[in-house]
Amino acid sequence: MERNVFSFILKYSYRQQIVLVLLAVVNMPFTMLGYTLVEKIVNEGIQGFRKVPEQVTQADGSVIEKSVKTSIEFPEAVFDIGPEFDQVIFLFVLVGLFLLNILLLQGIKYALNVYRGVTAERMLRRLRYALFQRILRFPKPTFKKTSQGEVISMVTGEVEPLGGFVGECFSLPVMQGGIMLMSLGYMLIADWKLALAAVALYPLQFYIIPKLQKRVNLLGKERVKRVRKLSEKIGETVTGIGEIHSHDTSNLELSTFSERLNGIYYIRLQIYIWKFIIKFVNNFIQQLGPVMFYSIGGYLVIKGELDLGTLFAAISAHKEIGAPWKELLGYYQRQADARIKYEQVVEQFAPAGLFEEERLMSEPESPVRFEGEIKASGVTLTDDQNNSILDSISFTLGLDQRVALVGGGGSGRDELAEVMARLLDPDRGTVNYGEHVLQNLPEAVTGRRISFVDNAPFIFNLTLGDNLFYGLKHRPLKEATYEGDRKKERDSYITEALASGNLEYDLGADWIDYGAAGVEDSVGLRRAGIDALKVVGLDEDVYQFGLRGRIDPEKRSDIAEGVLKVRRALDERLSDPSLAVLIERFDPAAYNSNASLAENLLFGTPVGDTFDLDHLAEHPFILEVLEKVGMTEQMVSMGYQAAATMVELFSDLPPDHELFQQFSFVSSDDLPELQGLLAQYTKDQLATMKPGERLTLMSLPFKLVQARHRLGIIDDDVKVKVLEARKAFADNLPEDLTGSVAFFDPDHYNAAANIQDNILFGKIAYGQAQAQERVGSLMREVMAELGIIETVSEVGLEFEVGIGGSRLTGAQRQKLALARAVVKRPDVLILTEATAALDTSSQARILDGLLTDFEGRSIIWGVHRPAMAERFDHVLVMKGGRIVESGSFEELSKEGTALSQLIAAEAA
Amino acid sequence: MSLNEEVELLRQIPMFQKVEQSKLKLLAFTSERLTFPAGQTVCEQGEPGDSMYVIVQGDADVIVNLPNGPLTVAQLHKNSFFGEIAILCDIPRTATIKATTELVTLRITKDLFYRLVSEFPQMTIEIMREIAFRLDRTTQDLQQARNDLNKLQGSD
Repeated sequence: MERNVFSFILKYSYRQQIVLVLLAVVNMPFTMLGYTLVEKIVNEGIQGFRKVPEQVTQADGSVIEKSVKTSIEFPEAVFDIGPEFDQVIFLFVLVGLFLLNILLLQGIKYALNVYRGVTAERMLRRLRYALFQRILRFPKPTFKKTSQGEVISMVTGEVEPLGGFVGECFSLPVMQGGIMLMSLGYMLIADWKLALAAVALYPLQFYIIPKLQKRVNLLGKERVKRVRKLSEKIGETVTGIGEIHSHDTSNLELSTFSERLNGIYYIRLQIYIWKFIIKFVNNFIQQLGPVMFYSIGGYLVIKGELDLGTLFAAISAHKEIGAPWKELLGYYQRQADARIKYEQVVEQFAPAGLFEEERLMSEPESPVRFEGEIKASGVTLTDDQNNSILDSISFTLGLDQRVALVGGGGSGRDELAEVMARLLDPDRGTVNYGEHVLQNLPEAVTGRRISFVDNAPFIFNLTLGDNLFYGLKHRPLKEATYEGDRKKERDSYITEALASGNLEYDLGADWIDYGAAGVEDSVGLRRAGIDALKVVGLDEDVYQFGLRGRIDPEKRSDIAEGVLKVRRALDERLSDPSLAVLIERFDPAAYNSNASLAENLLFGTPVGDTFDLDHLAEHPFILEVLEKVGMTEQMVSMGYQAAATMVELFSDLPPDHELFQQFSFVSSDDLPELQGLLAQYTKDQLATMKPGERLTLMSLPFKLVQARHRLGIIDDDVKVKVLEARKAFADNLPEDLTGSVAFFDPDHYNAAANIQDNILFGKIAYGQAQAQERVGSLMREVMAELGIIETVSEVGLEFEVGIGGSRLTGAQRQKLALARAVVKRPDVLILTEATAALDTSSQARILDGLLTDFEGRSIIWGVHRPAMAERFDHVLVMKGGRIVESGSFEELSKEGTALSQLIAAEAA
Repeated sequence: MSLNEEVELLRQIPMFQKVEQSKLKLLAFTSERLTFPAGQTVCEQGEPGDSMYVIVQGDADVIVNLPNGPLTVAQLHKNSFFGEIAILCDIPRTATIKATTELVTLRITKDLFYRLVSEFPQMTIEIMREIAFRLDRTTQDLQQARNDLNKLQGSD
């Protein structure tokens, strides 16, 4: 990357810079024309005279040239071209020209600014892209020294002002310098002495300002460093939030942060102060000009050696030059700032051992497969403190062998695995896969033929399926087709991307390498994905995700229909009385005693917050419906009863008692309020209550589930009324609320409910032993019969796993990473302690599954328990960075071997 | 069944006779009523347990797994309770309980149980009485078994 911001700008935008400079140059004559026109308007147009140079013989006999005011005889031609006009028309023609000139000048400025913006933004995009690409090219050890926070702050914040500078880098000095030179030239022609007087002090500024600026530059550098440290601290806090809370170190963290802010504060303050010192000095010198004019010029006028008009002209010219001069000084400061920032960023992005770009980008001419033997010769690795990690390791293995790497901490086992996966480059020695030398291969080969999983794999913030198939997306394979406006958009995307040196690949295209997964299309791929999940034992979890997943029945009508089939098939099963008690299904004509009163009234799934089940009583339409079926008073009285029971049951329990949390449908905070209401009103005084109090009571019965709470409040009369209300609600629902509830309909899929609820179409009954499990297996049975279990799992693939896979458990993340490594069907699977964090039965299942799946392919598994090695074709035992034993498990498990010692140590 | 009916039902169980009305209501409200179909296992010998059960309706067998197969050692009926040993001593279930008819039980969790026991000494006494009664019966059975064994050895 270019070391200097100017060479970076020139290299990638010299064409744009030429255009910008040209525009700035074109701008100048029009600016000058503007001055001329103004003078002409005032002198000739309004006052009707012009200055004509004349030879004047002075008293001492010498002849000098002097401009003399001469009246104009109108009519006169403007600029001596074209027809002649009398004075008024003459004036208007001049003003018209002036107006045209303004338009033209501002037009050029507009074009200049827009073009500047485009250039600046493209260069910023290019710079950020280049930096990000460099992050991808960092060798792995670099990340030990580079914090995430720092890198983010560099790529996002720090380079931002550089964009603005790119736009003005050359054009601004040309333009402002040009304007200044021209004004100066104009003055020189008019009166060279005064012109020189006006700029007499500029050399002083030239000398002093850079000296001062140097200080600001140094401070600026320091500020950038400190802000990076600040970002690092923020990043660290976010990552380590658990530790901070578990050790009560918030104060320590806040103080550390405050200390860093303090440092930044003082530096910023100093920068601020120095900037204003520069401004002060600058303005002071600038103002010295008029002082000299008034004193020396004034003196000369008094002496009669200078006429007053000339003095004024000089003062105004000085002002005229002042504006561009100021701009130039500002530019000088900005370029200093930009130069520092650029250098500081680029420095950080050029670590030793940066990958060649080809390693990431180049594509082999024909697909490569690893066949034959794995051969390591003299692989040596040392860490940054020169400790030996791997000590000239050599071995030969078949690419059809499943190999266990056994070794304790510090044996070099994990590092060897990483070298084999090309995540670390050895200092010396080579690794060959068949005829290929690992170190010469691009990632297009290593990343496809090798899978690597360690014990802390990363899961991306995507769906579960996107994570599973992540290793199949190397580049767009099937272009998406666009038409009309979409095509135009896509075309301009490509043009812009190329103009900024970015990759123009289409994210909307199909990136999946189906061939690599051994399938034809997306249907086959999902099957293959589920097979891979089975190998690692994640299939059941994904099935459960699927059950709790929602689908759009319009888009996935096949799934919706399948689910409805299961719903109907379940009906037949439920004719068996022993199963019938498990589920109470939704019946439009019956009250569901296992559902709350609110659910019974709504008889649908709320969409959004409008009909939130917890706050149903507050909705005016619900109140309207209750009023309509004449249930309002009854609800208040039911609320009174429920409140009385709750107060009776819970009032002498401490508020934090777990029974409260588990069973009460009134929170402990609300209990005193209810107690107050009960004390204030008797059962017969309900009508005299305030509306707010009535609402408080009314909200209680909505939460009652008859089968669960058994308070005897919901009797047959209430049920009939609720059914009436259910009908009234559905029939009279205002149009603007229709989208707020998805009604239960036996014949339709409910898009707002998840798949399980759609299948059940009812409530699991309270009070039946193991109802949840029995219903679960019943559903699974019916789905298996109808063959839609896989379909449900496919919906499970749509599960959003959250940032870093946070919505998955640790075990699920680990299994997902293993499945991701399996689904791309690599020639070599390299694992380090990849199942260490799982429970023993999962470990056994995965070991079994992977060894079977990779029969005839290569596995290199850094096992966390030496005894696991028994199942492998070959065992390598490592100690102190060397391979101490190599052979089959039978050979190595004899008495006295290192392996048997390790196994014994583990058992002890 | 409503809460009040349930309270009446609980009152008939000797263990709860002296517990005041409001506590009984809380017990009824917070303990889960679980129905087991005939033939279903309520708890399995050797498994950890976190709750005791009171039979509200129906019958159940107490089965102990012996080396030569399961043996039904007792029957439980309405108003009797089981599962208290596992929560008192924190040991795995000592026997398997299987519903012989449709069995309706009240499941009392460990926490609730301790709360009731500490608040109502009368209940503790009732439970002690029942446990002592069971111990007496077990001792008698042991005596009987020993006699039978002696007889068998004597006849050899």
